[in-house]
Order: sequence, then structure tokens, then C-alpha cells
Amino acid sequence: MIRLEDVSKRFPGGQEALKHLTMSVDKGEMVFVTGHSGAGKSTLLRLIALIERPTGGQVIVDGQNTRRVSRRKIPAYRRQIGMVFQDHKLLYDRSVFDNVGLPLVIAGVSHRDAGRKVRAALDQVGLLQKEKRKPETLSTGEQQRVGIARAIVSRPKLLIADEPTGNLDPDLSLEVMRIFRRFNEVGVTLLIASHDIALIDQLGCRRIPLENGTVQVEQEEDFVSEYADEVRIGAEPRQWL
Amino acid sequence: MAVTKTSEAFVPAKPAGPLSRWALRHVATSVGALGRLASQPFASLMTIMVIAVTLALPAAAHLIIKNVQSLSGNWENALDFSLYLEDGTSAEDATRLADLIRQRADVQAVTLILSDEALEEFKLQSGFGQTLDHLSVNPLPHTIVVRPATSNTEQSLTLMHEELENLPETEFVQADTEWVQRFHAILDIVQRAITIGGALLAAAIVVIIGNTIRLDIQNRREEIEVTKLIGASNGFVRRPFLYSGLWYGLGGGLLALLLVAYGMFALKEPAGRLAGLYNSSFSMLSLSLTESLAIAGTGVALGLAGSWLAVARHLRRIEPR
Repeated sequence: MIRLEDVSKRFPGGQEALKHLTMSVDKGEMVFVTGHSGAGKSTLLRLIALIERPTGGQVIVDGQNTRRVSRRKIPAYRRQIGMVFQDHKLLYDRSVFDNVGLPLVIAGVSHRDAGRKVRAALDQVGLLQKEKRKPETLSTGEQQRVGIARAIVSRPKLLIADEPTGNLDPDLSLEVMRIFRRFNEVGVTLLIASHDIALIDQLGCRRIPLENGTVQVEQEEDFVSEYADEVRIGAEPRQWL
Repeated sequence: MAVTKTSEAFVPAKPAGPLSRWALRHVATSVGALGRLASQPFASLMTIMVIAVTLALPAAAHLIIKNVQSLSGNWENALDFSLYLEDGTSAEDATRLADLIRQRADVQAVTLILSDEALEEFKLQSGFGQTLDHLSVNPLPHTIVVRPATSNTEQSLTLMHEELENLPETEFVQADTEWVQRFHAILDIVQRAITIGGALLAAAIVVIIGNTIRLDIQNRREEIEVTKLIGASNGFVRRPFLYSGLWYGLGGGLLALLLVAYGMFALKEPAGRLAGLYNSSFSMLSLSLTESLAIAGTGVALGLAGSWLAVARHLRRIEPR
């Protein structure tokens, strides 16, 4: 589904966010990209979303080489991908319903179909009762779920999420991850950037650890990371799913 | 950007085809843009007022010129030439000359006043009847009054004037019309000045709307970024702003018509009184339907132009970060 071949990203300031990164995510996989802040997680997702272009290498998403996606075709390209952001990126002057329906309006879906799809998406994140509310009247966790509903409302095959649990406490994080897991079970490919290693290890998903813009090879096979051990000393492992 | 407040507002009766879906989107976007203007009634009204006043100024000036022209149009009757014939021209020659002039295509009517008739009339009107009886010779010449056809232009009238003056029998041609022509020349200048001023004001409207839309774009920068991030095309992002410009322009145009109409209403009474004093049947002309449409249309066109300018300059630069 996603293939990066020898991808580099150097910013105009000379800072190298990604260095010769090669990785891939299969169809139907749920994969986490981990690493410290500044390791290149966000840059990786931004390359996939075509917010940035790589300075070297190839990014291939669903068989499409992003190099061949012209500026004018970017909107259509982005519509194939669901995106979830740490800061939700909701429109605060619109209702929950309108926020979730925005991708459908952009895609030109008729209002009747849109209403049905929006309610289905809200149902999946458990916010069906709050469709008329404004986002700011919701809790952070609920706002993140609105963001997720918006990402999945047009049923993308691929969903990318940048620190989706970054602002959430462990219980809410768990809830969000459960929602992601359910999408994965119906065939959605997920690529999630997160530094919440404890949480990820409990899920048993593949991890791609990034450091200084490249994959830490020796850790890729090893699911149990040093960070996770540290976390586990103090806390009893929770039943995540 | 075009999410309408009530999602049930535009439910098509049947699954919509691509064309009606396209139209539906535009309707939804335009209504959405209108709703956005209505959500800030004071700010929107201020903008519309500025546009209305700016449009109303040249429109009112045009209307005044139009009225003055129609007024002086009534004076075209006074565009007659009076040909005073040489002393000693016989009545027969004068009649023949009058017939000759009557045959010209650019002449509407010719009236011959023979010297004897003129004297009789003068006796009657002047009250010097007795005194004039003592005159041994009639001092008045034969007079031919020529009324040019209405199809004449200023140049052809000047030419006719010269031709009549060059006739051998003519002693003197009096044209009461010169001041009317001068007046028309002045009106032409004023009209041209109004056109120039109007063009400047039109440019001002484009700038006003462009600036309003630019501020709107800046205020909604985050929203634009988010919508682009989830796959909105430039066209999709652009559309509501263009519609805002259109609504500003249309609102301004309609309000301008209202202002002009009110001005007309305020002037009607004193103008009627003045016309009454001159025993004139003059009644003020108001804007015709075509002119009204042109003013509203100008508003719309300038609104679109202004918003297009702002959108082309500022929207492209907003990309998700």
C-alpha cells in the first residue's frame, strides 16, 4: 500500500528530516511509526499526504508514484487518504455533522447520501448523539473522534494519523486505538505515528522505529523496545483490546 | 467551505445527474456565502453601502445629464434658421427660393414670410400701427424660416448654415441655435468627465471588494488550510469567496438603484414646480429598465472582478503546513 524507496527530505534550511529511508506497509496492515520528536515521523506522513515533496527517492502510495501527482491533482489524491491529526484540525464554527461531512461536500456527494454516510461515520466513533454540537463544546477525546469520523467518512483504503493520541490520557488513547483497530479489521490500512510505545506494544502491531530520519534496523524485528520495558516496571500491563 | 447550515436544505428529489449536482453545489455555495455575509450584518452592510454610494454617484450624474439633454431636446424646435433676403428681392423670387429650399432632404419645413405680411404682423403686435402707416417704404425684408430635419448632426447644421448664407439672395442668416450647440458641447464634455470619473470609481469598487475579500481570506486561513488538507481543490476553496464578491456587488448595485430612486423622488417636486413656472410639460426621466439592469450588472461584474483579484493573489499561497 505504501512503499518508500531511498527517500530523503532536506529542508531549505539544510536540516535533513529523512535520510535514505526505505520502508513499506502492506495492504490491510496496521503499522506504527515510532521515534522521538524530530525523528522524522511527521515528515514521513507529510510526504505521503503530499504536504511535502521528497528531495530524493520515491514514495509510492496504492500503486501511485507521488512524483507523478501534479500540483493540480493533489486534491484528488488527498481525497483517497483519510488523515487524522494530533490537533484534530476541526472547523470550530461548524457543527460536528458539518465537520464530518466536509470531505463529502468537497467530493460533491449528494446531500442525501452525505447525511447517511456522516451518521454511519459518527456511529462508528460513538458520537451519533452529538452531531448538532459545536466541536468546542466537546471534550478533547470527543474532538479527536470527530476528526477520525471525518477521516473515514469517505471510506478511504488508507488512513494516516499523526500522533492521534498525543493530547489524550491513557483511557481515551485506548478508545481511539480500539476505533482504529476496528477499521483495520474491515480492511483499512493504517499508518500511525506515535511515541506512545507502551500503548503500541500492547496492540501487537508492527513498529517502524525512526531515528534521525532513518529506520533503526536492529530494532525493527524486535517488538519489545527498551522504552516499553521502562514503562512496564511501574505499571501493570493493561488489557488494551 | 460551502457546508450549508442546514443539511436538509437541498435534498434532490431523485438521484441527481452530474449537471444538476454541479448546479446544486453552486446554489449551496452561493447560499452559504450569502449566509456568511448575513452572519456579520453590520460589516457586510458597510461594504455594500460603500459600493452602493460609489455606484450611485456616476449613475445619478448620468441621470441628471440625461434629463438636461431631454430638456434641451425640447429646444431643438428653436434650431430654426431665419434667412433675411437682400433688399429688392421680388416676392416671386422669394417664393421660388423657399420652394427650392423646401426640396432639400435635410429640411423639415420652410415658412415664407413676405415683407408685407411681416409689416402687417409688426403693426398688429407692436402697437405702432398709426406711426408705421406713415412709412413710404416697407423697411422689412422677406424672411424664410428654415426648420432643419431632426436627422441633422451638428456638422451638417453648420454646413447648412454656410450654404444658406452663400445663397445670392441671402443678406443675413440668423441661427438662434448657436448657444444650444455650445450647450450640447458642454454637456458632451461633462458626460465624458462622468465616464472617466465612473471608471475611476469602478476601479475603487474593485479595490474595495478585493480588500474585503482579502481580509476574509486571511480570517479564514486556517479553515482554508484544513479544507485543502482533506482534499479540497483550489476551485472549491475559491468558489465561496467569488460568491461573496458577487453578493457584495449585487447588494451594492441594488442599493445604488434605491439611492438613485430616492434622489429622484426628492427632486421630483421642486423640478415639477420649476417646470410649472416655465409652463413646461417637462417631467423627469428616471432610469430605464436597461439602465437599472446595467447598474446592477456593473455591481456584480465589479464584485466578481474584485474577489477574483483577491482570490488569485492570496488563495494560491495558502497551503497546508
